Amino acid sequence: MLTNRSKVVVDKKMTFSERIYLPAIIGGLFITIKHFFKKKATIDYPKVTREMSGVYRGQHVLKVDENGAERCVACGLCAVACPAEAITMTGAERKPGEEKLYREEKYAAVYEINMLRCIYCGLCEDACPKEAIFLTDRLVEVSSNRDDMIFGKDKLKEKYFNEVDITKRLTKEVIEFKKDKFHLHNQMD
Amino acid sequence: MVSGFIIYKAIMVVVVFLIGLGIAAYSTYAERKVAAFIQDRIGPNNAGPYGLLQPIADGVKMFMKEEIIPDVSNKFLFILGPSLAMLTACMTGAVIPWSSPIVINGVSYPLQITDVNIGILYIFGVVSIGVYGIMIGGWASNNKYSLLGALRASAQMISYEIAMGLSIIALVMTTGTLSLGEIAAQQAGWHWNVLYQPLGFLIFITCAFAECNRTPFDLPECETELVGGYHTEYSSMKLGFYLFAEYVNMFISSAIIATLYFGGYNMPLVGRFVTDPNILSILGVVFMFAKVFFFIFFFMWIRWTIPRFRYDQLMHLGWRIFIPLSILNILLTGLGILVFNK
Repeated sequence: MLTNRSKVVVDKKMTFSERIYLPAIIGGLFITIKHFFKKKATIDYPKVTREMSGVYRGQHVLKVDENGAERCVACGLCAVACPAEAITMTGAERKPGEEKLYREEKYAAVYEINMLRCIYCGLCEDACPKEAIFLTDRLVEVSSNRDDMIFGKDKLKEKYFNEVDITKRLTKEVIEFKKDKFHLHNQMD
Repeated sequence: MVSGFIIYKAIMVVVVFLIGLGIAAYSTYAERKVAAFIQDRIGPNNAGPYGLLQPIADGVKMFMKEEIIPDVSNKFLFILGPSLAMLTACMTGAVIPWSSPIVINGVSYPLQITDVNIGILYIFGVVSIGVYGIMIGGWASNNKYSLLGALRASAQMISYEIAMGLSIIALVMTTGTLSLGEIAAQQAGWHWNVLYQPLGFLIFITCAFAECNRTPFDLPECETELVGGYHTEYSSMKLGFYLFAEYVNMFISSAIIATLYFGGYNMPLVGRFVTDPNILSILGVVFMFAKVFFFIFFFMWIRWTIPRFRYDQLMHLGWRIFIPLSILNILLTGLGILVFNK
């Protein structure tokens, strides 16, 4: 027996009260009227939005630093970490005069995440040594076209002076965790 | 005097007709809301405040839809079907007493279009013509599903009309009249017929469900087996008429149940506080409609509680349970009259 809830079927004769249906019907009516006055579970979506968890993993953001320069160095660790293989990138070398745009000598010329492949696990965020990529509590805008769902830097990179708040995901513990790439759990054998 | 009489009757006819249609229209809204609430949903809430304009939106939609008359159908009968359904649905409202008479300038105006002395028979007659609307519509569609649905509908309605009529006979035995106006007037105070005829009431209300093709007896249009039943081939406002007629029928059935068994416009204890006949009459309308609305709600409540009967169960229930039961009810009533000499 797999569960303790299974009932043995018996082909017993119905009693009189069962045969006249009425008690069962009245019982059913009480059940439905109870539901009639219950609080409804529906959320009137476009007008009312549901409260989201602070650490919700939604659309990604490519962070810029305090001067507005891209943090990403195109190391490819996020792409390696990604279990869904949703991230692709092409690195390029920074030319003289581009210091304001890119923080370090190397940057991602192309950085694409296929939002249809992504499983929003957040491993890219864990893997990033430069605190450049984070998942945010923004929902991904839908499209009727598969090509539109491959997000490039135009959609992923945050705007300078209009930064996306990621303080809830970049907590003290996370910073501590990221400081040392030889993590505790890696050291234990 | 004669012209005044005609004007008063014309006003009554128009008012009852409009109220009937209005209530039927908002029954569709109420049905969706009740269904939603019972299933823990919200229901229509986008058209107007709380979705109150939904029936109008539905009506406009029905009118705007393309009208398709099948090539193989009999066009005259195809149009006659829904017209007949709607006509008979609206006709039954004529004999229902909405309240006690209103007296203006010494002239008494009964709030009833016409108090035919065979009111119950009239209703039965009109209701049984209503079967033709469905039968003709299903036949004229020239479609298997429509025909099967119409066949089921007519078989069901004819079967349940017998039990319904027999349950009414017991009622007529206690009231001694066929006029709905008198039956309502007799039930002043606590003398509601449901207290004298509980079994008869049970049979009557069940048969009323069957007559209106409402769940659990909605076999004529069960989607799972028959696509749409007798109105499979109908579109646009002709379909609207069939659906609308069902709601008008529901309203009229509720009014008849309230009149026959639940004292109509009477309410116990009110006579002690209010003595002015005109105010009493207006209060009567309020009570009558409160009862009617309760029964309309009850129709919907039942619909979203009980699953559909199987066809053989339906026939078994109608012929082998309700008909003997209603005959037994007649015998018991006769015995009661004999013993208590009521």
